[in-house]
Amino acid sequence: MAVKIQIRDLNFFYGPAQALKSINMDIYENKITALIGPSGCGKTTLLRLMNRMSDLVPDTRVEGQVLIDGQDIFEKSVDVVNLRKKVGMVFQQPNPFPKTIFENVAYGPRMLGTNDKQALSKIVEESLKKAALWDEVKEMLNKSGMTLSGGQQQRLCIARVLAVNPQIILMDEPCSALDPISTLKIEELMMDLKKEYTVIIVTHNMQQAARVSDYTGFMLLGELVEYAVTREIFNVPKDKRCEDYITGRFG
Amino acid sequence: MSKISDSVLQPGCELRRVYDGFWRYAIYLFGAISFIILLLIALFIFREGYPAFQKIGIWQFISGLRWDVSDQAYGILPMIIGSTYVTIGALLISVPLGIFTAVFLTDVAPQMMRSIIRPAIELLVGIPSVVYGLVGMLMLVPIIRQSGHGSGDSVLAASIVLAVMVLPTIVSITEDSIIAVPNAYREGALSLGATRWQMIWHVVLPAAKSGIIASIVLGMGRAIGETMAMIMVIGNSIIIPDSIFSPARTLTGTLALELKYAAGLHWNALFATGVVLFVFILILNSFGFLMLRGKNK
Amino acid sequence: MKISPRVTHSIAWGVCWAAGLLSLAFLLVIIGYVFVNGIGSISWEFLTTNPQGGLKGEGGILSPLVGTLYLVALTLLIAVPLGVGAAIYLSEYAVNNWFTKMVRFGVESLAGIPSIVFGLFGFALFVIALGFNFSILSGSLTLACLCLPVIIRTCEEAIKAVPGTYREASYGLGATKWQTIMHVILPAAIPGIITAIILTVGRIVEETACLYVTMGGSSNMPTSVWSNSRTLSLHLYYLAMETTAVDKALATGVILILIIVVINFVTRWLSNRYVAMTRGGNR
Repeated sequence: MAVKIQIRDLNFFYGPAQALKSINMDIYENKITALIGPSGCGKTTLLRLMNRMSDLVPDTRVEGQVLIDGQDIFEKSVDVVNLRKKVGMVFQQPNPFPKTIFENVAYGPRMLGTNDKQALSKIVEESLKKAALWDEVKEMLNKSGMTLSGGQQQRLCIARVLAVNPQIILMDEPCSALDPISTLKIEELMMDLKKEYTVIIVTHNMQQAARVSDYTGFMLLGELVEYAVTREIFNVPKDKRCEDYITGRFG
Repeated sequence: MSKISDSVLQPGCELRRVYDGFWRYAIYLFGAISFIILLLIALFIFREGYPAFQKIGIWQFISGLRWDVSDQAYGILPMIIGSTYVTIGALLISVPLGIFTAVFLTDVAPQMMRSIIRPAIELLVGIPSVVYGLVGMLMLVPIIRQSGHGSGDSVLAASIVLAVMVLPTIVSITEDSIIAVPNAYREGALSLGATRWQMIWHVVLPAAKSGIIASIVLGMGRAIGETMAMIMVIGNSIIIPDSIFSPARTLTGTLALELKYAAGLHWNALFATGVVLFVFILILNSFGFLMLRGKNK
Repeated sequence: MKISPRVTHSIAWGVCWAAGLLSLAFLLVIIGYVFVNGIGSISWEFLTTNPQGGLKGEGGILSPLVGTLYLVALTLLIAVPLGVGAAIYLSEYAVNNWFTKMVRFGVESLAGIPSIVFGLFGFALFVIALGFNFSILSGSLTLACLCLPVIIRTCEEAIKAVPGTYREASYGLGATKWQTIMHVILPAAIPGIITAIILTVGRIVEETACLYVTMGGSSNMPTSVWSNSRTLSLHLYYLAMETTAVDKALATGVILILIIVVINFVTRWLSNRYVAMTRGGNR
């Protein structure tokens, strides 16, 4: 089983406050890895470091390494624009652009220089199919992405990420704003996606982590307390704090 | 599957990156332009005004009682006093009126009145100053003249015209700062059995104090800067006004009236007057913005 | 005898009503006076002839109208790109350092400087030093400096109102900063930017003092940006101060007020639409 991402002694600071404390973690290729833990434990911070979205927040500092395919992404020579192309991100709130469905999906390829209408159409169709949205929207590609339901918007955002052909997909609580049926659809989609992509998901919902993920990391106060195969974490947690959290005796 | 490491290491020289770099610096330049303009303004008026300070002396220039071009005498005290009088006169009218109107809008007025007065205030901001001047000239000045106090062109007429012009500034900033007062303050006062007026007077207005002061300071800036409307109703005589019915002249009026035909020391004296205005307004507005920022914290 | 709080309350409420109504009365009196006395002089001929420049104010307002249009177009052409650029700097690029502080200081200071001081500057730099003489160009450049702070501030607010999630999504897809600005942020901020532009048009129409010393004031029809010319506001001033044509000054006032009313109406309509949109409605 190939390791896709290696995290080594990672520390992260917002100004003087330390948000992550010496995280060490291996994330496997073509698996779904879930990060769980109470609010403010640093799981979203960790996720956003993996494609350096953390750069957008001023006054922050990173120590340690995040190696993707052996390449440290914080090295000076790394181009952050290329990195984000390869490590896509889906956000908590569905955030389609105020553009048409077609233009939402075509946005990434366009920014990368594809302007040929036919090539774009092909990418849009493929991406929407992979995101299991094609059948629902194929008749209305010229409507605004904002007119879709929340669940559809989130799948549109996934399609938008797929269109730039990433290798890793980061999902930051992708279902927290959705109803149960939409959530189920996204979960099914994730199972599909892992065949081609490495997926990392941050979630509040422990059942969701148990249902979809292969590996689970439990975080608390900026530390990775326990990290193992999902089945183990949920059945025989080794750490007391992790057990308390999973059995609901905790935050 | 291909390794990410290969692709992320080549920053690439695609066109879009060249654009990105180019526009970054272009935008920095655009950002700097407002400061450059400020520097240029300061540079030009100081450079042209400096000889006047040098030849006349700063103190003599500011405290001199005579401004007589034919005699090469340049003292701007009469204009300073004229500007001060009309500004104070305008504020005496517009500050109480503006604050009460703001309270009216936030706490007293029924919805219907609000939806009439707010657009009305906005419209007052937009009306050109020369229209105010014109109405003052044709309506106000004759009334004052008929009351038997000279020609009618007077500090009083200028103050009233200016008061109306400054009113929207005071109303809108005061209104904003009243709205910004947390509801908890209001509820706290009312729950102690205060009447709504007691709540406004003892709790809301004190809490909105810095915003109100800022509105007065910024209104004052606008009053001192007003030019054309003042020329139209104040008579423009270079004298120290001895009553509210006396004509006078403002600093700004002098600049507009004399700039186009000035030369030599006269030219320098006008720019020196500009320096005085520039520095004074800069101090005044810095103070006003400071008050506004203090409020936001 | 101590007045009871209830009585004070009633008196205060009365004072507030009086203040509100008096403020409204000011507007009604000004507009009423101008309209009642000015509207009679407006005719097709008034709108389509040039002022003759005589002491009796013969002629209409055609050339000042054209002069105003010239001035609006040229000033916007200069000030809008600069203002939008500076607003992009302040909202997207600025970090908290000396350069940003300097830019902010510039914007805030410029906002308060009296129009006539800009006029002084424009006269010294554009009219004399650069040799543009009294012209529409000199007026526009001066006015552009004057309008810049307002444009910057309004556009900055419009850009800041664009949800941060759009930025994140765009960066997350590997777009560069400039692509994100051009393809996502500016399109979403367009209604706010248009509001800024319309407000600026209002400012240009109402401005007089700095143009009085840079535009010249000729009543001839302008032929290029180098023409010596006057705007409607300036025309009103000349009519009021240098002719006996009070009725025509008032008629010009009517036209000016109508322009401002239209501008306010459009701004209001746009900003309502804008608010509805940013609150997450469809399109």
